[in-house]
Amino acid sequence: MKTTEISRRNFLKQMGALTAVSTMPLSLVELSFADSAKNFTFAYISDAHIQHISGTKFVRNWDRGLIRAVAETNLLQPKPDFVVFGGDLAQLGTKAELDHGAEMLSKLDYKTYCVLGEHDYYLDLGAYWSELFGDHYYSWDHKGVHFVVLNSILTYDEWTHERWPTAEQRMLEMAGLDNPNGSPFMVGEKQREWLQKDLEKVSKDTPVVLFSHSPIQKIYKGWNFWTEDAEQVQAMLKPFKDATVIYGHVHQIQYNQIDNISFHAVMATAWPWPYPESYAQANSNLPKLTVPMNRADPFFERDATGWQFIDLKTGRVTMDYNLYSNTNRRVAYNPEKGRPEDTQFQDESKRIPPQKHF
Amino acid sequence: MGKYGPLLLLFALVFSLMHLSASDTPDVKVPLGLPVVTYPENNPQTPAKIALGEKLFNDKRFSVNSEVSCATCHDPKKAFTDSPLKVSEGINKLTGTRNAPTVINSIYFNTMFWDGRSPDLEDQALHPFVNPVEMGLKDHQPILNVIKSDADYTKAFSEVFGKSGDEVTMKEVTQAIAAFERTIIAGDTPFDRFFYGGEADALTEQQKKGFDLFVNEGRCVSCHVIEQTQAVFTDNRFHNVGVGINDIQQEVPDLAAEYIKADLTAEEVDVKVLSDKRSSELGRFALTTEFDDLGSFKTPTLRNIAVTAPYMHDGSLATLRDVVVHYNNGGVTVEGNPVNDFLSGGIRPLNLTDEEIDALVAFMEALTSPEFAPMAQETGKK
Repeated sequence: MKTTEISRRNFLKQMGALTAVSTMPLSLVELSFADSAKNFTFAYISDAHIQHISGTKFVRNWDRGLIRAVAETNLLQPKPDFVVFGGDLAQLGTKAELDHGAEMLSKLDYKTYCVLGEHDYYLDLGAYWSELFGDHYYSWDHKGVHFVVLNSILTYDEWTHERWPTAEQRMLEMAGLDNPNGSPFMVGEKQREWLQKDLEKVSKDTPVVLFSHSPIQKIYKGWNFWTEDAEQVQAMLKPFKDATVIYGHVHQIQYNQIDNISFHAVMATAWPWPYPESYAQANSNLPKLTVPMNRADPFFERDATGWQFIDLKTGRVTMDYNLYSNTNRRVAYNPEKGRPEDTQFQDESKRIPPQKHF
Repeated sequence: MGKYGPLLLLFALVFSLMHLSASDTPDVKVPLGLPVVTYPENNPQTPAKIALGEKLFNDKRFSVNSEVSCATCHDPKKAFTDSPLKVSEGINKLTGTRNAPTVINSIYFNTMFWDGRSPDLEDQALHPFVNPVEMGLKDHQPILNVIKSDADYTKAFSEVFGKSGDEVTMKEVTQAIAAFERTIIAGDTPFDRFFYGGEADALTEQQKKGFDLFVNEGRCVSCHVIEQTQAVFTDNRFHNVGVGINDIQQEVPDLAAEYIKADLTAEEVDVKVLSDKRSSELGRFALTTEFDDLGSFKTPTLRNIAVTAPYMHDGSLATLRDVVVHYNNGGVTVEGNPVNDFLSGGIRPLNLTDEEIDALVAFMEALTSPEFAPMAQETGKK
């Protein structure tokens, strides 16, 4: 079979023996090492930004993105153990948006864990979201891995409780980019204390995977690709042998390694953020390890959006990005270099040149 | 010469111009509006090879009951389709699941078949011979046997390829067929004369309005590509536009799982999708098992579209107007029906008026090449 695009199957075949044993979503490769009973996969959908127009009308494009991700996740073979939704289900935090989004998520065939995003939160401070999805931060264990969900999009109490005349304005101010009235995200002292206690119970050789909406690292403050107390959270993860942070919010592929902590960003189902090489005239400040996304085709509304399929083997994340009208990508931990890398495009000579003009 | 005289003349013209050029990549003068043609290095065009290919293309002995040739479904008199059939009829009136795409301008396609399961014309030609609902052979040997025992073929294969007897394989057979198919190109439509030829009155006012809609509010041009110097009217990509898969939405999870597990070869897919309508509706996914390919089919060229009804991969839409209405509804044939979950991101409701829909149809009727215009008149379409 000769095709212009690399199919998952062929992609797998090209990966070589070591990585080929990891579980690709659409293959039935037997695992040849590690405790296979403990290997498992999960899917990650994020940043749907369901947006209410009026009455029964919602922005069609964002609806289609979440509907498609849910439907495709349900087709995965082998089946993932669970799904994580990474935050920003709504655009302006209204009941209409959260209800509409929750209805779409309810079609998932799997247990679903939800992370709170700033677009879900700043209208009613997460009250209605809690009615639908429960706690803002929590943890659980699954097949030898300790999972933690944090609410990382809190900010200073004064900004949240005293500065804005209405909840609606507070929501809009936090939704803005490059907004001088904005405020940096943070996990906050209360949750950090909770996390400290939560992690005390976990043995240091247990893999820890932390889900947050904002990056628990500092990338770009103007768009809140940022968590103010990131270093303090990182310090709590440092004693662990394997720690991973998976975050949404940035709508693009990013990955990084800080000491023992691997960082992975996930795609949005709604829209992509601009890509450094084709958009920014200034420095992007992305982690140096990250290969930029190729440019989106503006006609195809799903291009450069997507969802992820994650293989957690031996405690390390292998992130498969399912990208529409684009080349699927895989970011996996490279044990030799001690950091996550794009398995196909990390070498600059292997990249697809981005389209920089029309 | 009959009413297809102009068509034959065109072939003769292309052919003779090719003949004049001695280089390996002959500089063929193509009709107005078409890109330059290139030929595979391992299958250069020669007049004798093209003639041999045409003979093979029309030979019914290559089907199990000697009733079906390539030309049965790709009939020159029907713009190289089997219009007005919805889906093609093979041996014993057996029907497949897909509408026969035209051979015209297939030299410009990057992949063949609606799902692109074949990389080139040579490979494509292999499959219908052995598909149970097309020409029905068990394998390709009967074709080679006919060729061996036919004096004309023996002579021609010897001349063209320097091979005879058992030396002749399907490689040579398909190369000759492909060489013939690569001569079937057609441009010079009213649209071409208007846009590339500078003839301001080649299009009617309604067609000009349709052209404007085609490249703007209609969003057609994003897949049916028109460039500054040429137009093939396809992006050679695959899209789920809400045809076929809309009817099997409840069955997608089971069907998809089946195909993911089976991991079929292109040959197996060829047989399966033409014999099972539900499988057919999975589109390119049946081949790649990529979610992005679910329900997706190749963008067909729109050249000569007015003479190749019915439309879409399954022939389910009878008229060009039905097609535009389907797109205007945002990927559903009947307004209000549910959109499928895997719909291509380019498809969304267009909010075109009836008048605008008519203009788009009028524009597509201006994409008929002069050699096929008599057919348009026959079917009542300009």
